[in-house]
Amino acid sequence: MARMKFLLDAERCIECNACVTACKNEHEVPWGINRRRVVTLNDGKPGERSISMACMHCTDAPCMAVCPVDCFYKTAEGVVLHSKDLCIGCGYCFYACPFGAPQYPQAGNFGTRGKMDKCTFCSGGPEADNSEAELVKYGRNRLAEGKLPLCAEMCSTKALLAGDGDIVAGIYRERVVTRGYGSGAWGWATAYKESAGT
Amino acid sequence: MLTRKSSAGARGTSLAQALAATTGGAVDRRTFLHRSGLAAGGMAAASALPWGFVQEADAANRAPLKQAAEVKRIKNICTHCSVGCTVTAIVQNGVWIRQEPTFESPINLGAHCAKGAAIREIVHGERRLKYPMKLANGQWERMSWDQAIGEIGDKLLKIRETSGPDSVYWLGSAKFTNEAAYWFRKFAAFWGTNNVDHQARICHSTTVAGVAQTWGYGAMTNSYNDIQNSRAMFLIGGNPAEAHPVSLLHMLKSKEQNQAPFIVCDPRFTRTAAHATEYVRIRPGTDIAVIWGILHHIFKNGWEDKDFIAKRVYGMDDVRKEVAKYTPEDVEKITGVPGSQLARVAKTLAEHRPFTIIWCMGGTQHTVGSANVRAYCTLGLAMGTIGTSGGGANIYRGHCNVQGATDMGLEPITLPAYYGLIEPAWRHLSRVWGVPYDYMVSRFKEKKFMEAPGIPESRWHDGVLEAKENLEQPDNLRAMVFWGHGANTQTRGPEAKKAMEKVDLLLVVDPHPIQVAAMSDRKDGIYLLPDCSALEQDGSRTASNRSLQWGHKIVDPIFESKNDLEIIYLLAKKFGYAEQMFKNIKMDGTKPLVDDVLRELNRGSLTIGYSGQSPERLKLHMENQQHFDPRTLKARDGTPVAGDTYGMPWPCWGKPEHKHPGTHVLYDTSKTVAEGGLNFRALFGNERNGVNLLAEGSYPKGAEIKDGHPPFTYGMLKRLGWDKDLTDAERKEIEEIGGANPDAVPWQLDLSAGIIRVAIKHGCAPFGNGKARANVWNFPDPVPIHREPLYTPRRDLVAQYPTYTDRRGGRLPILYKTIQDKDFSKDFPMIVSTGRLVEYEGGGDETRSNKWLAELQQNMFIEINPADATRIGVKNNQDVWVFGAENNVKLKVKALITERVGKGVAWMPFHFAGHWMGQDRRFRYPPGADPIVLGEAANTLMTYGYDPVTQMQETKVSICRIEKA
Repeated sequence: MARMKFLLDAERCIECNACVTACKNEHEVPWGINRRRVVTLNDGKPGERSISMACMHCTDAPCMAVCPVDCFYKTAEGVVLHSKDLCIGCGYCFYACPFGAPQYPQAGNFGTRGKMDKCTFCSGGPEADNSEAELVKYGRNRLAEGKLPLCAEMCSTKALLAGDGDIVAGIYRERVVTRGYGSGAWGWATAYKESAGT
Repeated sequence: MLTRKSSAGARGTSLAQALAATTGGAVDRRTFLHRSGLAAGGMAAASALPWGFVQEADAANRAPLKQAAEVKRIKNICTHCSVGCTVTAIVQNGVWIRQEPTFESPINLGAHCAKGAAIREIVHGERRLKYPMKLANGQWERMSWDQAIGEIGDKLLKIRETSGPDSVYWLGSAKFTNEAAYWFRKFAAFWGTNNVDHQARICHSTTVAGVAQTWGYGAMTNSYNDIQNSRAMFLIGGNPAEAHPVSLLHMLKSKEQNQAPFIVCDPRFTRTAAHATEYVRIRPGTDIAVIWGILHHIFKNGWEDKDFIAKRVYGMDDVRKEVAKYTPEDVEKITGVPGSQLARVAKTLAEHRPFTIIWCMGGTQHTVGSANVRAYCTLGLAMGTIGTSGGGANIYRGHCNVQGATDMGLEPITLPAYYGLIEPAWRHLSRVWGVPYDYMVSRFKEKKFMEAPGIPESRWHDGVLEAKENLEQPDNLRAMVFWGHGANTQTRGPEAKKAMEKVDLLLVVDPHPIQVAAMSDRKDGIYLLPDCSALEQDGSRTASNRSLQWGHKIVDPIFESKNDLEIIYLLAKKFGYAEQMFKNIKMDGTKPLVDDVLRELNRGSLTIGYSGQSPERLKLHMENQQHFDPRTLKARDGTPVAGDTYGMPWPCWGKPEHKHPGTHVLYDTSKTVAEGGLNFRALFGNERNGVNLLAEGSYPKGAEIKDGHPPFTYGMLKRLGWDKDLTDAERKEIEEIGGANPDAVPWQLDLSAGIIRVAIKHGCAPFGNGKARANVWNFPDPVPIHREPLYTPRRDLVAQYPTYTDRRGGRLPILYKTIQDKDFSKDFPMIVSTGRLVEYEGGGDETRSNKWLAELQQNMFIEINPADATRIGVKNNQDVWVFGAENNVKLKVKALITERVGKGVAWMPFHFAGHWMGQDRRFRYPPGADPIVLGEAANTLMTYGYDPVTQMQETKVSICRIEKA
């Protein structure tokens, strides 16, 4: 069975933000919620590298561990999803997440945040696949349609890969061998307790 | 969530087919996506949810997958940059509900940048201009189309009557389809003026002129895809990671798979430079000295391609003499680049041939733009990399159809397809249009205005403000039409504002109200007509690599907007020449059939081979994208498009039925002309001062003339005895066109395309076989030399490298020395340059109105080096005032402190508008049509300066002073 993972090849990411707008386009994510974002290190200096970040769907997901209402669940493909019906917007998952993935629609008095929103690996939520309810709460379910996350499919330089962890790692490893350099699959050690291609 | 979800699940099959077609043998990323994608889908459907309290996925509750019949998959082309990414729209009930990657496109292989991945928002269009409007008594009023065309038409006709047709300026667009661009140019001709232009003037006009004058055609010689074959990449004055992100898909392939060194020369350490193997920081405006500095080492070490130069290049010895003056010490003094670094660059290039030379607006938008581009070309000629796969000059054009609009003559200096404005050109086009030549003459004030180049768009405001006696036309401009063109992309903002307030009428035809609505303080006399985007109409557009791609209408024009062809028809009808102008076009009410426009365009556009790409062939290519190889662009055998090159890059010689495949790499002699081979064009005569200008012993594979030769004429065919290959019909047409002197009919005026067909049958290029010119004797600097920018803080260099003397051009005076002589450097000590951001495009009215993009860049800013910031006393993200050298301009923007720019250099993006010297002018926009993000326009500050050949504006070097706000 496939174990879905994201892999970001920082040698290829050019910070074009296609992944960010593709996500907005596919799921009609409102202004202010960023399921995916691109972060640049050493901006404007030699060694500048960019990294596209979203929920990494960790193997031992800290968000799941800390959620007081157990709203998270893991699919058979290893995708970490959650139920917005159960979420109380407490924000614990935000503090637990090493990638800053959880997003909240509002910031009001007394710490009210609204229901948490995050990357679903384009695979919806607990509602029936491709149902109206799932669409409204979580966006589209591409996995159920036999497709992969749109952010990776539309990546301008194929820097962002999404899919079966073994296959994406294989592609990355092949690239590193061909070109002779690679800065490692970013975030893999944290998310999956393993490295790829280095 | 705004739209109902449809199932595109049924698309699995076609996705799989597409993927299978674009993959080779090995498992690569796309194969992987395909396989693991399908596998994942299967498993997702079968998976049970482990948590008892969440709702069980239940097959019975699934959305029905029956929509296959009503869900359409429609392909069009991205409307942003010139890469030409295919956009796949999923449309249901006339609504564009989703966007899918287009893996089968050989150009983008599914990829997009932020703009392409957000393009669906354009036809949601919450901030679009929704219906015709006018500004009256300071208020925006809604109008009907009839009312608007009536009022606008009456006013323009009155101006035409009192001041002549040259007093209306028709500024068109690089976002037009080829058909609309061609039609707009024709429309201006019927109106009776050459005062027509589009964005190419301020983007790559210097490239088009400089490159065409070097070797024949002013366009990218190879393609984005062909860069995969490069052994090295030399990029100067471009930031494709932001301006053409998907091109990096091909460039990184070269870098990774060929281990190609990637050299980036730029004043800014751009996001592209971050991926370079060698970054060369140059002082803005010193490109020629950089190139000559490299050539200095090449000549010194004898690394030039002597055989190539002897056979195919004229004037290289003149370059050699000039280059000798650019010693490493002098070059370092001018450019700031250490001699040792350029020596290393020269060696790298010499050892990695073929290398490709890539440039963009950092090279073109200068007072020396047309000289810069010739220096780049000369580097390629000296090294023998032009006309080779993996080599060439890969010139990245800007807008999605700026190449096509340029080709279609949307310019004040030529008719469609570079025929020029001379009488034979007008006679040729009159023949194509089916109107008497005398009728066309009668449309102009006088015949001399018909043959005199119009005012370039970069100077339109001077056409309004300049004293009448200084103008070479009967009266000043009195009406300005912005048809798909921003107003903040032109320099000298305050003068533009003044001109906007002086003209009788401002007409904006655009999907957005653009800055024109907000910039001036007019109380009336502005009309806005809603134009639809290219996504809402059928038609072809030409990518930077000269490939034509057919875009299918995704949805009907939204709100009350109409497409360009229809709006042109409505105006032509009002002006009384619709019947003559639309003679060859089938009409559906007021809507012209776009296929017919392309057929007429094909018939007349022989010079550049826009003649073989019929609507039928273009649509066939779009349907069969998966059959083209992403590296060679060649179609695979046994497919419906076998033999063709994707998009039939021009020249695609002769008639569609001649089945020329298109020309992937220009001037490549390793192929026959029939397969897309070529040689340099014989455009400059047979000899000069006794020196042969025709090629010597170099010719395309299979040519029967194994040497240089002049362009073909009917007479030449006769002398060769090849005229017997003409059909009777072709002979008859040639003789009809030739009248008393049929032997003089040249290949490009022969509407039968018989001369072209026969020349190619004998293996020869119809346009002759000449040498490329390293010495362009008809330019102000026959061999480029470094000249200091008009506004420069390096006063010490002005005496040795002065600018040009004042001159005239485009019906106007152009100042050089007068401006450079005055020293502003005390008050304005810093250099300021401008450029692009990935999220926005051009004037940005469209992209700043797109919520998915606007969210990513919410503030106008200026990049300042930390050393300068310390001196000024400004911190990151604080507001600063940026003062300009003309008109007491000041801009209020955010400071971005970064080492991206060097000491003494500041940089601003030019996409913002809507603020004016500190004032937010959102209140001036029609309600609901204001872009989400507004900001100061960089070009409010950018100063005077124009290229002497094309009047390209200087947007890359000016001076400024920055103070804390």
